[in-house]
Amino acid sequence: MTGSLEMDRPDDRNRLDAMAQGVIGKPLDRPDGPAKVTGSARYAAEYAVENCAEGVLVTATISKGQVVAIDEASVRDMPGVIAVISDERMVARPAQGGAGESPVRNVRQVEYWGQPIALVVAETFEQARNASKQLRIEYRSDDDAAIDQHSRDVPIETHGEPTIQGNLDKAISQAAYAVEVTYTTECHNSAPMEPHASIAQWDGTTLTVHSSLQMLKYNVKELADAVGLDPEDVRLLSPYVGGGFGSKLGISPEGVAASIAAMELGRAVRVVLLRQQVFQCVMRRSETTQRLRLAADSDGRLVGFGHEALVSNLPGETFAEPVTQASDFLYPGENRTLRIDLARLNLVTAGSVRAPGEAVGMQALEGAMDELAMKIGIDPVELRLRNIPERHPAKDIPYSSRKLAECLKAGAERFGWHGARRSPCHTREGEWWIGTGMATAARVHNLNEAEARVTLYPDGTAAVASDMTDIGTGTYTVLGQIAAEMLGLDRNDVLVRLGDSSFPPGAGSGGSWGAPSTGSAVFLACEAIRTRLAARLGCQEEELTLQDGFATVRGQTTALSDVLKGDQIEEVGHFKAGEISDKFSAAMYGAFFTEVAVNAYTGEARVRRFTGAFGFGRVLNAKTATSQCMGGMVWGIGSALTEEEIFDKRYGHVVNPDLAEYHVPVNLDVPHLDVVLVDERDPAASPLQAKGVGELGICGAAGAIGNAIHDACGVRLRSFPFTPDKIMAELGDP
Amino acid sequence: MALIINGREYAFEGDPRTTLLDFLRRDCDLTGTKKGCDHGQCGACTVLVNGQRINSCLTLAVMHDGESVTTIEGLGTIDDLHPLQAAFVKHDGYQCGYCTPGQICSAKAMLEEAANNWPSFVSENLSGETRLTPDEIRERMSGNLCRCGAYSNIVDAIVEVMEREQ
Repeated sequence: MTGSLEMDRPDDRNRLDAMAQGVIGKPLDRPDGPAKVTGSARYAAEYAVENCAEGVLVTATISKGQVVAIDEASVRDMPGVIAVISDERMVARPAQGGAGESPVRNVRQVEYWGQPIALVVAETFEQARNASKQLRIEYRSDDDAAIDQHSRDVPIETHGEPTIQGNLDKAISQAAYAVEVTYTTECHNSAPMEPHASIAQWDGTTLTVHSSLQMLKYNVKELADAVGLDPEDVRLLSPYVGGGFGSKLGISPEGVAASIAAMELGRAVRVVLLRQQVFQCVMRRSETTQRLRLAADSDGRLVGFGHEALVSNLPGETFAEPVTQASDFLYPGENRTLRIDLARLNLVTAGSVRAPGEAVGMQALEGAMDELAMKIGIDPVELRLRNIPERHPAKDIPYSSRKLAECLKAGAERFGWHGARRSPCHTREGEWWIGTGMATAARVHNLNEAEARVTLYPDGTAAVASDMTDIGTGTYTVLGQIAAEMLGLDRNDVLVRLGDSSFPPGAGSGGSWGAPSTGSAVFLACEAIRTRLAARLGCQEEELTLQDGFATVRGQTTALSDVLKGDQIEEVGHFKAGEISDKFSAAMYGAFFTEVAVNAYTGEARVRRFTGAFGFGRVLNAKTATSQCMGGMVWGIGSALTEEEIFDKRYGHVVNPDLAEYHVPVNLDVPHLDVVLVDERDPAASPLQAKGVGELGICGAAGAIGNAIHDACGVRLRSFPFTPDKIMAELGDP
Repeated sequence: MALIINGREYAFEGDPRTTLLDFLRRDCDLTGTKKGCDHGQCGACTVLVNGQRINSCLTLAVMHDGESVTTIEGLGTIDDLHPLQAAFVKHDGYQCGYCTPGQICSAKAMLEEAANNWPSFVSENLSGETRLTPDEIRERMSGNLCRCGAYSNIVDAIVEVMEREQ
């Protein structure tokens, strides 16, 4: 029996609030916490596998051309070297999220600097690493590589269907207030703390790979397709993933190389990307050039809205950073132009990095909105409040639950926001200009098909199993809470097992859809179990109260173990996204408020206070949800001030491919983060009334910081990140 | 030669190029110490050598003959957590967990450095008593990157342990 649901209409039953256990939403500690803090949680590369050989990838040192020869003899006699593999099945790029098929192969055709071309396998890591550096490769280099990201002299195509309504040019020219500006952002790298890693084992029929991946049901197909096996013969294990942020949505080159080596050599092979290779051959977020045009009437209501972006990717890739994703629904304006242009460059694959689209689109849009508020002379919070559309401005469909106004007000109150009569350079403390800024947060709500199995054992404990992953998001925690709430169990009596492709296929961790989708599958499985318990008790499912391991029906209380009588009940929940997204515009919303200090002499910007108020439907666990929001805000600090993956304009290599030169925020860059969770239930979002939370905290955060820099010192920058050199160039005398 | 790791002797006879980090992870199966960058840039591999925190990726196993190494496995176990480990769980001072052992080892040594009045970049004076303000903790923990962005909670966890110890 299967509990299944296709999300075609809102689920107004609000079942979770009617349950008795009272555990949903509670700020419980993570069940996986003790394993993580003691170091006993094993990540992909950490399994002690007997007779495991070590592989190190060799990557291209040209941006475009052919590998003419790989001189195996140059390393064959080095100590410990077992093989040099440059198999036609090896992949030259990572798979995009949800691809379900092999990414581009043909490693001898070089299309970007850093592309994998061979794997050197040796007895030890030290031997493999040394040999990988000695391997002689002969190239024939093409001289037409397109590597200058800011050149217009490269192939550019329009991506998807632009949105064009009314006449934006006319609206701009006739508007009471208009802003026409261009913002830019540079490439970002996910830079998860755990580099991409795989240990592959081949027993002659089944390929088993411990790997660090986000979406196993797609990854199995991708790997199987790459190495030429049936998906049934591939098993992936990812119970712990040391961060992903999009870079592990699809398989990456090391997993395929390890698998091919294991199959050829008949022994286990471990391949871990060097940190530099994480930057060079996995995924970048595209740089963006964003033209923003806002036209407002005399009351500050938007009548024209334009957001056009130029992004880039390798030839053949279908992914284009969806910069205008939130611009589609966030603000009104009957005269609209939204479009994405895609430049084809010979730089490492562009793909999903935390909150693709909104992460960079919202920070630019919210900068432009601040400029508009200044022009009109109204509180930027008030400008946002005046521009909350009644219906989706392009599709003319209603919104699902939307707490934007509540977030703006709650955040402003918590922060102590004073928005009236803003003019820059109002506060000075010693060398530092002090200012405040705000921005809206918005991120589209996504759902994905998901299955999960729930088993209720005769002793009244339960287990949840799905190939879903927990990449730090709190999946183990919230799935256990959903099952405990629905089945009336102590959370500690629910064991959650994830990250094994032999379990029912969950949604995978991506697009913030993991909890609402896989959580809904757990919910549906539990509903089906409740129905079977009700049948045993001779009542309707809705009449059943389950709490603390007891079932109560019409005043009669029975221990679950007595209801089960030695049987176990197992159900698989099956959730499908359905057509709800055609009927409602569903998204997560929020508001950022920050105080920033800018050094009048050096141009250094420091975030001193940072408040975020967020509404994303039901909160499944207040502790892990808060952490997700905080994480996004930290990414916002990086995006605003320090993060840029820089490519050499002559040769196309990454100039800063490591954590010393690519500056992710460190502890001192981050103040105490103040997160407000706004109470919400969104019946159109999922049967849990929950939306996603993993990405919302970044979407607009950097815009608030840029706006605060302007308020502090009067410098309006439009080229992220706002590094001291850029600020100093615009600062007046200190 | 041998190293004393978490109070137990481990013989080392391997390739002299082996870092202390790879020796711990591969040869001793002490995989709680993490490899994040292998270049001393992220702090995930932080362990205590003779009580002081170091990046174990930046030193060779062969350089530590007879020395005492404490890894995350030597601080506490699932059934008997070190106070810092318990505080990280309580305050959600992690997300993916990969930087966590390094953060906790680093925090342990950091608290002792402060107790010994070692100054930092944000200290007002280079001598005198060190008072661990939140900014002092942030600065002293800035060698341990957390890409998930758990810093705010990490500071809260450390503050709780520090206040309890005082």
